[in-house]
Amino acid sequence: MNKTSPFKQFLGDLPKNIFSGFVVSLIALPLGLGLAIASEAPPIAGIIAAIAGGTVVSVLGGSHLTITGPGNGLVIVILSAIVGMGEGDLYQGYLYTLAAIMISGLLLFIFGVFRLGALSEFFPSTALQGMLAAIGVGILAKQFHVMLGFTDVKGNTINQLILIPSSIKNLLTNPSTEMILASSIGVLSLAFLFLYARIRNSIFQLIPAPMWVVIVSILVMYYYDLVLNNPEVLGANLMITLPDNLVASLPSPDFSKLLSSDFMGYTLSITLVAVIESLLSIKAVDKLDPLKRRSNINKDLRALGVATGISGFFGGLNVVTVIARSSVNVNNGANNRSANFFHAAFLVVFILLFAKQIQRIPMPALAAILVYTGYRLSTPENLLRIYKIGKEQAIIFLTTLGATLLTSLTTGILLGIITTLLVHIVLNKSGVLFSRNWLKPNVLMYLEEETSNYYVSVKNFCSFLNFFKLKSKLDEIPPSAHAIIDFSLCEFVDHTVMEGLNDYSRSFSRQGGFFEIIGLDVHEAKTEHPFAIRKSLPESSLFNFQVSLTKRQKLLKKFSSILDWNYLPDPISNYGDLERFFCFKTKWINYRYNNLESKKKEFLLFDLSYSEGAFIAKEDLRSTFLQIKTPKKMPAFVLDKENFMSSIFQLSGYRDIDFQKHSDFSNRFFLSGEDEKSIRDFFTDDLIYFFESHTTFYLESNGDSILIRGKERLASIQEVKQMLAFAEELLKILENK
Amino acid sequence: MGPIAFKKIMVGFAFSPNLKANVYEALRMAHYFDGELIFVHVGRKTPEKESLFNQLVDSSPVKPKKISIHWKVGKPVNTLLKVSEEFKVDLILLGALKRENVVKFYLGSIARKITRKAKCSVLLMINPSVERRPCQHIVVNGFDSPQTKTTIFAAFTVARALGAQKISLIEEISRAKVAVAVDDDRSLRRATLRKEKLRRQEQTRVKDVVKNLPKALTQGINWTTQSIFGRRGYSIGHYAKLVRADLLVMNARENLSFLDRLITRDIEHILAELPTDVLIVNFRENE
Repeated sequence: MNKTSPFKQFLGDLPKNIFSGFVVSLIALPLGLGLAIASEAPPIAGIIAAIAGGTVVSVLGGSHLTITGPGNGLVIVILSAIVGMGEGDLYQGYLYTLAAIMISGLLLFIFGVFRLGALSEFFPSTALQGMLAAIGVGILAKQFHVMLGFTDVKGNTINQLILIPSSIKNLLTNPSTEMILASSIGVLSLAFLFLYARIRNSIFQLIPAPMWVVIVSILVMYYYDLVLNNPEVLGANLMITLPDNLVASLPSPDFSKLLSSDFMGYTLSITLVAVIESLLSIKAVDKLDPLKRRSNINKDLRALGVATGISGFFGGLNVVTVIARSSVNVNNGANNRSANFFHAAFLVVFILLFAKQIQRIPMPALAAILVYTGYRLSTPENLLRIYKIGKEQAIIFLTTLGATLLTSLTTGILLGIITTLLVHIVLNKSGVLFSRNWLKPNVLMYLEEETSNYYVSVKNFCSFLNFFKLKSKLDEIPPSAHAIIDFSLCEFVDHTVMEGLNDYSRSFSRQGGFFEIIGLDVHEAKTEHPFAIRKSLPESSLFNFQVSLTKRQKLLKKFSSILDWNYLPDPISNYGDLERFFCFKTKWINYRYNNLESKKKEFLLFDLSYSEGAFIAKEDLRSTFLQIKTPKKMPAFVLDKENFMSSIFQLSGYRDIDFQKHSDFSNRFFLSGEDEKSIRDFFTDDLIYFFESHTTFYLESNGDSILIRGKERLASIQEVKQMLAFAEELLKILENK
Repeated sequence: MGPIAFKKIMVGFAFSPNLKANVYEALRMAHYFDGELIFVHVGRKTPEKESLFNQLVDSSPVKPKKISIHWKVGKPVNTLLKVSEEFKVDLILLGALKRENVVKFYLGSIARKITRKAKCSVLLMINPSVERRPCQHIVVNGFDSPQTKTTIFAAFTVARALGAQKISLIEEISRAKVAVAVDDDRSLRRATLRKEKLRRQEQTRVKDVVKNLPKALTQGINWTTQSIFGRRGYSIGHYAKLVRADLLVMNARENLSFLDRLITRDIEHILAELPTDVLIVNFRENE
């Protein structure tokens, strides 16, 4: 174990976290402004929420890598609260809503105190997806008009969706210079956001896409101002305004509607969405944590409550845990809560130093960011994915989506829960199973005395109605242990549970444990258990893979027959020990496919589908990897090309091991690892000469096998051959050592 | 602690389709326990019923030495309880028919009430059969309770009598005893350590109980212990079902209160859904 004191460790990690907090603040600034504008609140409200969240939650919170601030999910509820309570006067509505936000902060805090975090499991996952999609559609529908330069389109989501074609028509029939400029900023920004993930350039990717949009659009505005001398090319309604004096213009929350029913209704929906969004995000971020820590959900809820109360008092929005910013945080090397604090600190700096520049941001640029966010929330891919799980899931999803759009968010999610329950009753052809056993305990967990495995048996049924009972038992099992989950006494397992178990299975395999699910094959034999059939195990998750091989696959197949290797084109979700490699610490492996394996199994070549980040910062990647088993033990190390990014990482705490004797190697390669001495011993002169004289690959050792990757994309057949030749020579050198 | 034996066994019978299985099972039990069997029927005595019943008893291949048949009139529960008091029986055998509705009805009305009020041990059989089903695996509770010693003693006695080879002693440990809520990694580690300590303590306690039993009783029986952290009364029933035990042996409840029935707990969990045959051990204080 590490013997350095916690404080020293913290100090040593500071540079990394400051750097990461900086990058996050670059994305938090445009999102904070945009989300506030989308809710019809003053732009600064979003920044206040992020600052309150960053400072309070980083001190009081129970999670490690999360970033807190204004959330996407809340836009729609806060918007309806401001519009609904304001009755025409948006500013008055905003003051009422601030009071509602403060009360919801109190409720959040109480949630945390009474440890009600687990109750969030009560929402069926598909209904939640439907609700999130509805929020996405809501954001998209409203902001699409703003993106084209029309800020005065009113009405509910459905109306605004219907009006989109007429806005486009308006733009095309009678364009003024102002409209053309506004809409082209908006549309180009949107196009850029969609294309951003395709550009794999480490320097370019250092600045998050929303910040690029903001910077470039500010430059465009300055160009009009300074070069063309046309400072008011866009009307005031298309520009952001910040208060001149932040302290003097603080709004005071108006509690006069406290006891009215609509105030309570809005407060409840704000709280509901805040809890759901935060808990979903915390769970998702835990899965990305390279140090595999577990967040204290209830402590985090308490902190979020306090932060929300403070934020509301100073005129800010709700503080929730946000997934996109958190994933950016993880990807930039943060490793403790201080990154959240620094993200807030940088926001303060921006607001104080760059207030003038921020007011140059044109609204269509921010609207484009929001349209993109809304699109990611409601992307049709989600529906497709859910449809693949089951038709009935698609029904639940669409019902919730439709109900949320047509009525309100709380009614929508309630209808989603009811639909899910009805679907379950129809599938079982009776509700007796649920009504009779709902409140009864149904989980048995014990440590088997002979084998010291944890054995968990589930009885009757297991669905979103009682998943929290199973979860509370599973949470007591150390993830490094061997757990066996037995469903043979259980008649019905739903999709929410299967999905939740898949999460557990991942976190166990990340921490070297075992998570086995047994007893579901019994269900497969019976037709009345369609959930179990379709999603019995992650292994059998359905990949709709084309039957006919692509040209590349045919070539790979031919190549494998020349080498006399085994070729398997189908995707496999069992990716072995890949997660133990350093480069997958913060990434999410989906599946590997196009597997080529040598007869003696020392070479394994495969394409891997994996993703980085989450939500709007998510990037899906596919690359070709070669894994070779080495004859001898070696130290764990990472060897990469030395470039701009690696020098930044070096600044923030990673150390490059250089060899004085080999300046060429030291300059061209970035070598790092924990055990520096044995790495130095391992890199003998002939090995260094080998690396110097060959094409450079990304190379990583985990002790007994080596992982090689070319560029971060699929390799062509030529490149595959180069890779293999490289690996064979490398293996020869290692054998002679 | 005196020797524990089921010398006087009472069984109530009704003229149901399961009569033959119930009677055969009762005769067999009394034979194995080498005890006296008292048949009680609550209802009017008619010559047809009597001859049918006598024929049935005579046709059984195994019989205890002493059998008596009593015909009583009155309310089933009270009458059966009164007879059991009158004869000072050690064990009441109650058949529960099928698992679904009838069990619910029967347990809800007669068997459940008798189980609650009886001052002696009660054996609930969910699956009486004409042919003998061997009893191989017995699960017995090892709660930290003064009654547990007697219960474990009884379990070994039954195992001897019925030829069961395996006994699992289950210590259910209430989660409240761990007193650490698992929130994050640190609390998980603390809870795991604390559980390990509790587990060892409980095991030592239960093992001591078995070691203090007469050698003649425990010899040749393979016994193991297993600790379970979970709700008392519930976990053991689930466990018995999971390992497909043939008999579950439980303490009778220490005290009855109205609250226990409102909030399902302890033995009520098992009565609500019988996992297998259940023996509830209760020996009168004065014996």
